[in-house]
Amino acid sequence: MTRSLKKGPYIDFRLRKKLDIMNESGNKKVIKTWSRRSMISPDFVGHTFAVHNGKKFIPVFITENMVGHKLGEFSPTRNFKSHSSKKIK
Amino acid sequence: MRIAGIDIPDNKRGEVALTYIFGIGTSSSKKILKSAGIDFDKKIGNWTDDESNLVRKLISDEYTIEGDLKSEVQLSIKRLMDIGSYRGLRHRKGLPVRGQKTKNNSRTRKGKRKTVANKKKLTK
Repeated sequence: MTRSLKKGPYIDFRLRKKLDIMNESGNKKVIKTWSRRSMISPDFVGHTFAVHNGKKFIPVFITENMVGHKLGEFSPTRNFKSHSSKKIK
Repeated sequence: MRIAGIDIPDNKRGEVALTYIFGIGTSSSKKILKSAGIDFDKKIGNWTDDESNLVRKLISDEYTIEGDLKSEVQLSIKRLMDIGSYRGLRHRKGLPVRGQKTKNNSRTRKGKRKTVANKKKLTK
């Protein structure tokens, strides 16, 4: 189910504030965030976010193609190491 | 009869025959026929030249079909993979993309079962 257009995209308030400060001062530092649910808006482009995956922060460099996706999509929460093939000899 | 290059659906009702084109389903086929003013039940073989030309024009103007549509789909999948999103990763691994369970089933995405052979014997 898509979000109602009336409401506009969801971006965490604190994240938005941090980003505004960054954009104003013009420096680009990695922004640590837990807000995986935030939509990537066009002014995120060029920044790097460290998105929490439940254990550690995954650095995500935002490119233009990523606009409209959520931050969490780029920070996988599951880590599947392949099944061991030891038993098959 | 030929519409959009390769498709030759004949002796079918217009509504059904148009759905033989990749990218046109029942609803868009109905829309096309309605705006062309052709009866849904009229067999495609019985269309006059004017009618079929009108339909051809409508399709080429308003719809992305066949090869164009297929490459469009491929491109959007490629985009998902390139930006490294979760959906892209699932496409790469050939697993279901929309959060379905993979404990069992999902054979459409995973393909034929790959049995891990002789597992029991070797653990003995």
